[in-house]
Amino acid sequence: MNPAIEIRKVEKRYGELQALGGVDLEVEQGEFFGLLGPNGAGKTTLISIIAGLARATSGEVRVMGADVVADYRRARRMLGVVPQELVFDPFFTVLETLRFQAGYFGLRANGDWIEEVMRNLDLLPKANANMRSLSGGMKRRVLVAQALVHKPPVIVLDEPTAGVDVELRQGLWRFIRGLNRAGHTIVLTTHYLEEAEQLCSRIGMLKAGRIVALDSTRNLLENFAGLQLELTLDRETLPENVRATVIAADSGHFTLRLRDYAELEELLHQLRDARVTIRELELDPPDLEEVFLRVMGRP
Amino acid sequence: MKSGFGTLLYKELLRFWKVSFQTVAAPVLTALLYLLVFAHTLEGRVQVYDGVRYTAFLLPGLVMMSVLQNSFANSSSSLIQSKISGNVIFILLPPISHVEFFCAYVLASMARGITVGACVLAVTAWFVELPLASPAWIVLFALAGSAILGALGLVAGIWADKFEQIAAFQNFIILPLTFLSGVFYSIHSLPPFWQGLSHLNPFFYMIDGFRYGFFGTSDFAPQASLAVVGVSLAALSALALALLKSGYKLRG
Repeated sequence: MNPAIEIRKVEKRYGELQALGGVDLEVEQGEFFGLLGPNGAGKTTLISIIAGLARATSGEVRVMGADVVADYRRARRMLGVVPQELVFDPFFTVLETLRFQAGYFGLRANGDWIEEVMRNLDLLPKANANMRSLSGGMKRRVLVAQALVHKPPVIVLDEPTAGVDVELRQGLWRFIRGLNRAGHTIVLTTHYLEEAEQLCSRIGMLKAGRIVALDSTRNLLENFAGLQLELTLDRETLPENVRATVIAADSGHFTLRLRDYAELEELLHQLRDARVTIRELELDPPDLEEVFLRVMGRP
Repeated sequence: MKSGFGTLLYKELLRFWKVSFQTVAAPVLTALLYLLVFAHTLEGRVQVYDGVRYTAFLLPGLVMMSVLQNSFANSSSSLIQSKISGNVIFILLPPISHVEFFCAYVLASMARGITVGACVLAVTAWFVELPLASPAWIVLFALAGSAILGALGLVAGIWADKFEQIAAFQNFIILPLTFLSGVFYSIHSLPPFWQGLSHLNPFFYMIDGFRYGFFGTSDFAPQASLAVVGVSLAALSALALALLKSGYKLRG
């Protein structure tokens, strides 16, 4: 079975600027994959190359086995892209916009599917409204619907929830999760790391045009994040043999970073041996933000 | 699997038709004003072809000028608007080939140019009776002329990054070439130097050949005009297709 997306040694240069420096990546069919990175890391450039909106300086990209340059027609039929920018054609209504988009893929009798997509995204009441008259959130829904009108097996969402209210965000993720359960491959870029943590089974992190971390979300959390422990003790100093990293200390209140639960167990043992009384203890579970900051090399 | 060409063509047609007051009615009014002013001031004072009133001479030129200007305006404005607003992405993501892209934009431009030209002809018909010496030439030059300007508009739309660049293209290239092409006069009335220069203007051949279809007489042989127009169309189409295929200023 071909990977949903296969990226081989992809480089992209804009003059002197190297936007992507030899990216290798595979996204398997049916995955919910997160592509994370700070602004300017190359996420949108990579998505543009996958979608045929930009051409790689070197390297190869395939969507469901179809080369995005040599076999672009097949590759593009397999792909639905929700762009980051809130773009629309002001001449047309919502329904016209969606019918046109389906028509561009050669589909002229898929009104039932368009209606289903509109229903799921709560767009039916706005079917005949001009695109100009819609709120930002509704325009975002239309962008999602446009990416889905041709039922692509691979869906790329480039920061689809930027500036979107909580209600729409939850509704959108319900719908996208449903599509993923139905077998669609989802590739998501987002600055909301909580979303990525909850939704994505695997995550790739881009930094300065290179993949710097690529693993399952669970492994990334286990290997990179560690635990943060808040302790209030009956004294203002910790025993000397405590190995965990102290991030902050203030009048008997300590914030410590631990690698894993084994280190927690060891710490508690050391405190008990030193006859230290714990007045309060709070353990923050690992999160993707911590992983992200560590991978990106920030404190 | 069907292609997206038909939908893209339909979308482009609907785009100008939805604002037909601006894209069709306004240029018809402009042409009508030209006719009223020039016909009123020059009728009876200028004789271009034997036995042909000046107003009759002027009318085919105005019709063709409207065809050419509106064909250019359609493809250039549609593409630059899509590029600047970012919605061009919706036609770049689907599996539409560069040839389909070209054909859809140029055919829609031809439709708008010929619609405006036909409306100008219909509205001004009661001013003067026009002969129809050879309708085939009329149709041939209208089709070729509108296709050339549709292709040129596409090239301008691809090249331009701002609306003002399109406006500059219109004001500094299209408008002078149209006005200096013999819409309002016969180039035989010009001094030899300007006559020679007019022969370098492809718009002259479009208008002269179009006019031949009405009067059966022209400044230049229609077959030769058609050859010039055909070469111009082939060259501009090749340029537009090459730009679209390379993704110049469309695909990063």
